[in-house]
Amino acid sequence: MMDPDVVKMVHGAGGVEMQKFIKNYILKYLSGSGAEVPLEFLDDSSVYNGVVLKSDTYTVKPIFFPGSDIGRLAVAGSVNDMLMIGAEPKALAMGLVIEEGFPFNDLERILESVSKTASEAGVYVITGDTKVVEKGALDKIIINMSGIGFRHRYLDHNIGVVAKYRGGVDFRWLLDRNIRPGDKIILTGYIGDHAIALLSVREGVGFKIDIESDASPLNEIVDKALEVGGVVAMKDPTRGGLANLLNEWSDKSGYGIKIYEDKIPIRDEVRAACGYLGLDPLELGNEGKAVIAVVGEKAEEVLDAIRGTELGRHAEIIGEVTDEYKFVVMETVIGGRRIVPQPIGDPVPRIC
Amino acid sequence: MGLDLKDILKLYRDPILARRIVDKIWEYSKKVDKVMIMHVCGTHEWTITHYGIRSLLPDNIEVRAGPGCPVCILPAQDIDSIIKLALDEDLTVLSYGDVSRAKGGSGYSLEDSKALGFDLKIVYSIQDAYEIALSNKDRKFIFFGVGFDTTAPSTAYMILKGVPDNLIFLSSYRYVPPSIGYIIQAEDIMVDGIINPGHSSTVTGMAPYRKYFESKPIPMVFSGFEPIDVLISIYMILRQIISGEYRMENEYSRSVTWDGNVKAMNTLFKVFKLLDGLWRGIGVIDGSGFEFKDEFRNINARYLYDLEYPNKDSHMPSGCRCADIIKGKITPIECPLYMKMCRPDKPIGPCMVSIEGTCRIWAEHMILSKAGET
Repeated sequence: MMDPDVVKMVHGAGGVEMQKFIKNYILKYLSGSGAEVPLEFLDDSSVYNGVVLKSDTYTVKPIFFPGSDIGRLAVAGSVNDMLMIGAEPKALAMGLVIEEGFPFNDLERILESVSKTASEAGVYVITGDTKVVEKGALDKIIINMSGIGFRHRYLDHNIGVVAKYRGGVDFRWLLDRNIRPGDKIILTGYIGDHAIALLSVREGVGFKIDIESDASPLNEIVDKALEVGGVVAMKDPTRGGLANLLNEWSDKSGYGIKIYEDKIPIRDEVRAACGYLGLDPLELGNEGKAVIAVVGEKAEEVLDAIRGTELGRHAEIIGEVTDEYKFVVMETVIGGRRIVPQPIGDPVPRIC
Repeated sequence: MGLDLKDILKLYRDPILARRIVDKIWEYSKKVDKVMIMHVCGTHEWTITHYGIRSLLPDNIEVRAGPGCPVCILPAQDIDSIIKLALDEDLTVLSYGDVSRAKGGSGYSLEDSKALGFDLKIVYSIQDAYEIALSNKDRKFIFFGVGFDTTAPSTAYMILKGVPDNLIFLSSYRYVPPSIGYIIQAEDIMVDGIINPGHSSTVTGMAPYRKYFESKPIPMVFSGFEPIDVLISIYMILRQIISGEYRMENEYSRSVTWDGNVKAMNTLFKVFKLLDGLWRGIGVIDGSGFEFKDEFRNINARYLYDLEYPNKDSHMPSGCRCADIIKGKITPIECPLYMKMCRPDKPIGPCMVSIEGTCRIWAEHMILSKAGET
């Protein structure tokens, strides 16, 4: 049987298939800008003339879920992607596409949430657009959240610290390809909460669990980490989760990553739900976590600074970059070793 | 008092306990030559691969997967029969998702053949099948019964309770204990010990294995599915080999008993009888095929439409070495198609289809070289 030549859910699911899709279609037509950090780097944001630019679109289902909603998610998601390459987010542009018949009540709840989250993140929505489509043309509401930011006030200091330990650096932004053997990898808290919280209220799946989405802007964590210095790369484990993130780092840098299963913070409830649903917590999307690669010498100090923040209390050093091999390897709880493959796609669709 | 599930899981994944058992395995390994241990369950293979258990074992202790995945050993003839029947008689096939992707002797799976013009619905349980048939009385349905003694009892239970008259069945269910008898006796399979399947044995009990054990004693350990369970089972087998006293031992005593689930077994044998059953890649194993008893002819598609009872070894696709993988003679990386032409998204051999198939499990863990070498 031939696969029909159409876009499928997996092409937007943040794994191997989405990477192929972006390379074969998007980059084929849209690369070659010559920007300082161009589209073809496929990092969390791009940089043009010192301006950090990000665009992201949110189609989460359901739109309200434990601990968060599509509005909070949109602000946190776009702000975090700018933070991750070393920017301070400054302003947002919001595009709303709304299905005819959508209740004003729900719309107000979402807008209030956008406003509140934006103020947490220190940004304003300063432009936008609204479209309404006929009933059935989309599922309730889609939000596009784009934004600009500028070089983080501590970024040059941070890179200076990296240069001191590495004897020089060849980067100006915190990109995926920057990681090198000896760097330690910090995860800022529990993984899997967002995807499991969403699934717990999803039609046809639903189960009782005391887990809330982690969707949050990560400004404070990034500020503290960069203030200490030594950070070489940051990325938020959204679609495809930690497994996808680490494989992207490994691919783009050409180095291997070793992680320790017993160091990865996962709540018992999330672990249990994953067992029940046949999901791997490493592949689940998060919306309020960062994975931060730090030069080995500064890792403990950066970890302490992150643990001093509200959202980073449960941060752990989960592994390190190595040149022993070129892929992601996990030492399991019982001391065995196994490869952590890049997921084909996030096993849970429409989570962001 | 009492541990809740969370604590039990922690105990059975405890790193310190694991290290102690592994140390013991290493100590024992110095007292034996090469030891080949076979397990016969997809879930055991998953645990072993997922927790990297092979990477912890000494070079002379090897654990291989045997015939432990229902989709892998499902006769190609039955896949071909159900496709032809569905087309000829305009039936809607109710099948498990993985079964629908296994290719028959014609080279086509149920999923592939759908385009020829019959209806296929994926179900998760016999209960689903029952409800679909009940709420679509104007359609005729056939449920493809594939699995072991773990799933066959629920089908038997539904049939005893009564099913809608627009629902018939094709039984390709297989009984696990005789397959262990086959492994023990087979001249081309060299095994020094067997890890018995915990789920299946929870239903059948240990008792049916006794005659196979007595026919040719070999270390046999009934094992659970957490990493500590599997490590202890390997340790117990080595202990038996060193002592020279072979026994049927129960590591999974929190679930497996001598008599098993008597109620399930009674239900099972009220509906089914045992015939010699064909296992794809292996051949016919005496008394291993569940077929409907005569009083259930009215729901038995094989009887109603005179379908052939599979009796000749079904061919594997060209170049595919699933037959040797199912027998544990080679590992997936030794198959020329593995991860080249045969991949989880486009499986060729049956072992790449189901999540219980050895090739599929290795592929999902990206094992491309000798297990444990990274």
